Amino acid sequence: MSLYSSVLELIGHTPMVDASALSPNPSVRICVKLEGQNPGGSVKDRVALWMVEQAEKEGLLVPGSVLLEPSSGNTGIGLALVARVKGYRLKVVLPTNVSPERRQALEMWGAQIIESPGSEGSNGAVRLAMKLHAEHPEWVFLYQYANHANPLAHYEGTGPEIWQDCPEVTHFVAGLGTSGTLLGVGRFLKEQNPAVQVWAVEPPAGELVDGLRSLDDGYIPPIFQDLAGADLLDRKTIIGPRESIEWTRRLAEIGVFAGISSGSALAGAARCAQVIESGVVVTVAADGGWKYLSTGAWTDDIDDVVERARRIIYF
Amino acid sequence: MSVEVRLPTVLRPHAAGQTVVEAEGATIGEVLESLVRSYPGMSGQVLTDDGSLHRFVNVYVNDDDVRYLDQLQTKVQPGDTVSILPAVAGG
Repeated sequence: MSLYSSVLELIGHTPMVDASALSPNPSVRICVKLEGQNPGGSVKDRVALWMVEQAEKEGLLVPGSVLLEPSSGNTGIGLALVARVKGYRLKVVLPTNVSPERRQALEMWGAQIIESPGSEGSNGAVRLAMKLHAEHPEWVFLYQYANHANPLAHYEGTGPEIWQDCPEVTHFVAGLGTSGTLLGVGRFLKEQNPAVQVWAVEPPAGELVDGLRSLDDGYIPPIFQDLAGADLLDRKTIIGPRESIEWTRRLAEIGVFAGISSGSALAGAARCAQVIESGVVVTVAADGGWKYLSTGAWTDDIDDVVERARRIIYF
Repeated sequence: MSVEVRLPTVLRPHAAGQTVVEAEGATIGEVLESLVRSYPGMSGQVLTDDGSLHRFVNVYVNDDDVRYLDQLQTKVQPGDTVSILPAVAGG
């Protein structure tokens, strides 16, 4: 063990655990990187730290600066942690229908919450943040969906860590979200071994929270387009809420207490293991289970949990 | 050949509120053309004027995104489920 001078030094260098007990194919190993071990509780601590330090280098962030970010949870929480330790103020645009633990974590670290309509989902939070930034250009808008420090955090951090711990990786499977994890880790792993396959898992947004008036309101993260994400991915598969919750419970059976998007990622890894002959599938548990206890995901009747998932943003 | 097509919330008003409809075709391109013929309100929403997939539309055959298979040439079999989902932000 080491003694660290700041909690920010604890970000990254997360452990990986062999979850092959859950593999449907005895010739395929599944390994899970436990991002819930980060001090803010999720993979987004890496992104928050990289984006803030990049903005500091560029002189965009100075003492007293105010940060603005749309986030359904984890990026906001990661930024709240980094901003608290470094002394910046933070405003997070948060949809109203996220689990209450997220709101509390943000408030614990002093973030100011600006609510966006739950019915508009993450898209609505992005839209409102853009409007607020236009009205307050003095607020620093890091904008995770378009900030290249987001995939860079994974290209320089998560990817090399996976390669160091598991160079036998043949497939990398992760949730799409902002696409930062897939773009950064995927590119790094393919540079080390071009045969590595990169699979995206897309948990469909809750039907009642997709926030669209028409398909023209759709959204593709600018970083996904800038970095030619469509060329990097080998496959993309959807995992529904029921399957996500079932796999979140399976993870708990082997002792891994992880969030619901981790269940989606595991379900994707299992689907991958099913269709390949042999190999090593690496996936990411993006956060721990703590923020989801109020959803009853592990203890309530699964039909009730799935029904609730149609209205709540879990990811 | 007939397959089931699952519609996203925003397209349902063009199909009298139905969640799932039937469409014909041996490839995704044919299925989507048949869908738009049956429900003309969807024209321009799913396929663009030049016949390519709308950029904010993701189409899946049995949960796999056709953009990473054979795009509009992706084959479908009787009994397959085609799902149309909008591209939205996550994170």
